[in-house]
This record gives sequence, structure tokens and C-alpha cells, in this order.
Amino acid sequence: MMTRRNLLAAALIAPLLLLVLVSFIVPLGATLYRAVEDAEVPSILPQTTALLKQWDGKDLPSEQVYHTLIHELREAQEQQKAGPVLNRLNFEETGLRSLLLQGLRASQQFNGSTKQHLIALNPRWADPHVWDLIKRSTGPWTPLYFLRSVDLKLGPGGVVVPTADEEAVFIKLFIRTFEISVVVTLICAVLAYPIAYTLSILPQVWTNIGIMLVLIPFWTSILVRTTAWFIILQREGPINALLVSLKLVDQPVTMIFTRFAVYLAMVHVLLPFAILPLYSVMRGIKPDYMRAAASLGAPGWRRFLRIYLPLSMPGVAAGALMVFMLSVGFYITPALVGGSGDQMISYFIAFFTNTSVNWGIAAALAALLMGMTGILVAIAWLLVPGFRSGGVRV
Amino acid sequence: MTTASRPFTRQRIPTGRLLLYAITTALLVFLVAPILVVFPLSLSSGELLVLPTPGYSWRWYTDFFTSNRWLLATYNSFVVGILTTLIATSLGTLASIGLYLGRFRGKAFVLALLSLPMVTPVIVTAIALYFSLSAVGLGSTLTGLVLAHTVLSVPYVLLTVLASLQAFDPNLLRAAASLGANPLRSFYRVVLPLITPAVATGALFAFATSFDELIVALFIASPEQFTLPRQMYAGIREFLSPTIAAAAVLIILLSVVLLMINETIRKRAARHSLTPTDRTP
Repeated sequence: MMTRRNLLAAALIAPLLLLVLVSFIVPLGATLYRAVEDAEVPSILPQTTALLKQWDGKDLPSEQVYHTLIHELREAQEQQKAGPVLNRLNFEETGLRSLLLQGLRASQQFNGSTKQHLIALNPRWADPHVWDLIKRSTGPWTPLYFLRSVDLKLGPGGVVVPTADEEAVFIKLFIRTFEISVVVTLICAVLAYPIAYTLSILPQVWTNIGIMLVLIPFWTSILVRTTAWFIILQREGPINALLVSLKLVDQPVTMIFTRFAVYLAMVHVLLPFAILPLYSVMRGIKPDYMRAAASLGAPGWRRFLRIYLPLSMPGVAAGALMVFMLSVGFYITPALVGGSGDQMISYFIAFFTNTSVNWGIAAALAALLMGMTGILVAIAWLLVPGFRSGGVRV
Repeated sequence: MTTASRPFTRQRIPTGRLLLYAITTALLVFLVAPILVVFPLSLSSGELLVLPTPGYSWRWYTDFFTSNRWLLATYNSFVVGILTTLIATSLGTLASIGLYLGRFRGKAFVLALLSLPMVTPVIVTAIALYFSLSAVGLGSTLTGLVLAHTVLSVPYVLLTVLASLQAFDPNLLRAAASLGANPLRSFYRVVLPLITPAVATGALFAFATSFDELIVALFIASPEQFTLPRQMYAGIREFLSPTIAAAAVLIILLSVVLLMINETIRKRAARHSLTPTDRTP
């Protein structure tokens, strides 16, 4: 009986599990694997890769290695396949691309030893560190992308060192993402509290109206709400028109493409996520406790601090965690109403996937973002009762 | 509710209560106003998105309903939304029943795996699907978009239906069996009617998720597969015409309709409920 039951269960689950495995889990795994995969150099320069695997790393490699590298690179360039290799090597250290391209151009006139020609062309070719960098790119795995995504890199001798200041952008990006999320979460928690409280004490008719006013924005798409802010905050938009006509300002104020706009729009988008769980917790708080405290002579503020606030904290925590989890991954809202200094991790994942193609760093940032969200989910799972059953929409 | 149920502010001076109401009203206005502002803007007779509008006209709605791009986007959104809803709801409901019936180790793991798309940042899902769908030749296809949206919306169906099944009283099945119903019959006559509201809610969430989804569409849709959000985003980036406000109003109206359907389902389910939720305090 048990077995038949489980067979039926398995048959019912299988179609969905298969779909999710094929069109989510496998793609996700393959994408995150790109963060450590190092395939460009081994696949496009296979002979150089094989030769470098045997190189001891101390003295300069032999003439054969120099010759094979230039030969394979030229072949790749003729087949338009050199781009990924050059990008990969240049990401290992800026300047390697131009060094290699210079060598490639000059190699048309080489007769005799490639090694001697290259060294005469550029003394860097006599530096074993250059070869060390190339050897490091021969795969099959690399820590490069994860190190870079926290502003570190491998220096000479394989020691982990901080990247140069002009390349150290990612820690700042994480701090900025964190800062925006914390500010948005705090504002949402503070604003949600009075709304949820009022809704929980009003007569039913008014509560229903109030809840509707929270649910309507909640069900309206994030893009539509962000678009509304995009329109409202324009220089010629309604807010500036109002401010000027009330003579509060002489000139229209720049609000769009600022951090202020990001905070405003994100709080607007996420506030319902903080209100709804808090409201449902507050509705469950029995008035008896407050009455008991009152009968024992506790003044209003004290009853609030000692009784009501602790009882409502699970709702605050649930809402705040939800808001924080969502804001860490925000993309569309900052992209539309924020300036270049207000973009968060998601923006850069998209940027490195589409615009400045560097899939390794995009995957490493994606893995770190997932890790951050995973920690938050774990905290919510452990701390917030009812989180497991609750979806995003109520 | 009676006055007795709100003792916390009962003895407070009314100004405190008034202040609280004022703050709440202001915040509710803050929540709704940006959505309402779009309505007059979409009816403007002028070319610019300014208030007050120079006059009122339907020209931007005419523009929406005569523009090939907006009509194609509307069509795509509905096709993708409906297909997503059908697949996500059917597979999600079957899997929920399976998870409810199954008594095997690793059930929690399977549920976590199936709900993973809900907690994964959408941008991560988007690039993962961008890479893999292009690899198998499904990039820039509606099929790819449907697959992506199905994966994104399945957790909502799964969790809603599962929650309603877990509130289901197994004694009802025993009662059906004792009255001579075979398992299949008791499923159709007893279980299905009781979980129908949850399935309907799940389907609604699935449709709303697909209809609102932009980030995946940004990565895997070419202009022929543009959905309404994608077309809106393109419009904002190119030229901010009041047609965008008109599109926004139409999307808002659809969201309100979905919300109303959801509220109706919820109220009806609460009224007809035979589930133990009635017994919980």
C-alpha cells in the first residue's frame, strides 16, 4: 500500500520536477559553473596549453612554446576566434591583449626564432611572469572571477593580493547594494507599522477599504509603478510643476536619476510587502494582554513598548526580511529612476552578460547574489513562523 | 470590531489617534497616488506627460490600439500568460497532490527544489535561461518565454494548492471510502472541489506573474516576442509618449480585475470552507 501510494506520488510529481530540472536547475548550475570554468585558452590554444602544462614556471619557456602560442593565436585570429582568448588574458592582467596583438602583428616579418624576435620587440616577453599569467588561464578551473568579484586577484607567485584601485569596483558595489537595501527596509518597516496598526484596529468596513488600497499597488506590476515614478519625477513632471506653481522653488528640482528617486520608488514598490505580514500578525494580538497591563497601571507608552511591540515583532521581522530579500535583487527600478552611481548588483550582472561581455564575472556576481539571498532565506526559514507557507503574494 | 477590542489607544487623548489616522491616510495616499496620476496623463490631448493636461482626448488609446507594436505586445502577453497559466497550474496542482500523498524521504528537498525559482533573484534566473535557451535554439521564441514564465510561476501554484491540501481533513476521504467511493471517485468528488479555490488562486498568480514579468523578457525576447512590459520598457527608453501612460492604465485595470477575482475566490472559499482553518482561533 505504501509503495503504491509513493508510486502514484512520484508519477504526479515527475512531470513538474522534470520541467523544473531541465528548464531551471540545469541552466542555473551551468550558469554558476561559468564562474569557475576556464575554457577559452584550452579550447582555442590547445597545443600551447599542453606545452605550458609541462613548463616548470621558473625559467623562460622554450622557443617551441613561443612559436606555438603565436602560431595558434594567428590561426584563431584568421578564424575570428581570438577575441575570447584575448579578453580572458586581458582580464587576468590588463595589457596582455595589447602585448599579444603587438606580437601577432610583428610576427608576419619574423624569420628565425620567434622567442628572440618577441623579446626584441617587447622586453615583457623576457618576463616569466607573463607566461605565468598565460599558464594560469589554461584551465580547467580558475578562482579569478570569484577573486575579482571581491576586488582580489592572484599576484606573482600565486599570492592573493588586492586589485588596483581603478579595478576595485565590486566591494563598493556590494556595499552600495547593501546600503540601499538596508535604508529601504528600515523606511518600509517604520512606515508599515502605523498603517498596519491602524488597519488592525479600524472597524471592518474601513479596514477592508484600507487593505484594498494596499492590495491595488501590490498587484500592480513593478514596471508600471516604476514607470509612474519615472513620469512623476521628470524635470517637467507633475511634482516639479506643483512645486514651482506653489512658489516653493524657483527652478525645477532634479529628482529623476538620483538616489532619492531610487529610495522613493523602491519604498513605494516594496511597502505592501512589509504591511501585509505585519497586519496579519497585529490582527492576531489579543487585546486582553494590553488590558491586563492597563489594569496593572502601566501607562500607554509602557504598554506599547513592553507588550505590543514585542508581540508585533514577528510581523516586523517577516516583512523586513521579505523587503530586504527583494531589494537586494532589484534591477528595473534603479535602472529606470537611478543614476549611474545608484545601480545595484543585478544591474552589473546584466551589464556583464549583455554589454561588456564577461560571463565569468557575471556568473561570479550571480553566485554571490544567490548566496546572499540564500542566507536571508535561511534566516527567514528559521526565525519567521509561517514563512514556509507564505508566498510573495498574499 | 467593538471598542473593547482596541484598548491600547482607548484611554489615549484623541489627538494621538488623530495623528495616527492622519499618518495612515497620508501613507495610503502615497501608495495609491502614483498609480492614479497615470490616468489623467493617459487622457491628455498634448504630446507631453505634464499635469495639468492641456485638454482631454482618447488619442493615446487610439494610438495604442492602432499601433502594430503595442498590439503585437498585447497578443504576445496574453498568449504567453495563458499558456504559462495552463502548464503551471496543471503540473503544479498534480505535483502538489503528489507531495501531499507521498510518504518518502527527501520530500522537503523536492519541495525546496521546486520552490527555488521563487527565491532566486530574477536576474540570476534570467541570465541562466538566456544562456541555456540560446544554447538549445529556444532563445527569441515564445516557447522559451513560456518555459521561463512557467518555472517562475509554478512555486505560487505549488505552495497555494499544497497549503489548501494540508488544511484538508483526511477523515473526509475515509467517509467517502466508507460510503463506497473508489479513490479516483473520492478524489474527483471530495478533494478536487475543496482545493478548487486554491487552484484558481494559483492560476491567477501564475497569470499575473507571467503578465508582469520583464527581466527574463529583457534577455530572451527579440522585438517579435516583446510582451507588454518589454514593449513599455523599450518605450520608456526610447521616447516617453503618453501611449506608455495609456498602456500603464490598461495594465493597471487588468491587475485590478485580477485582484477582484482573487478577493471573490477568497471570500467564497472562506464561506464554503470545510477545512480545519475554521477551527483555528
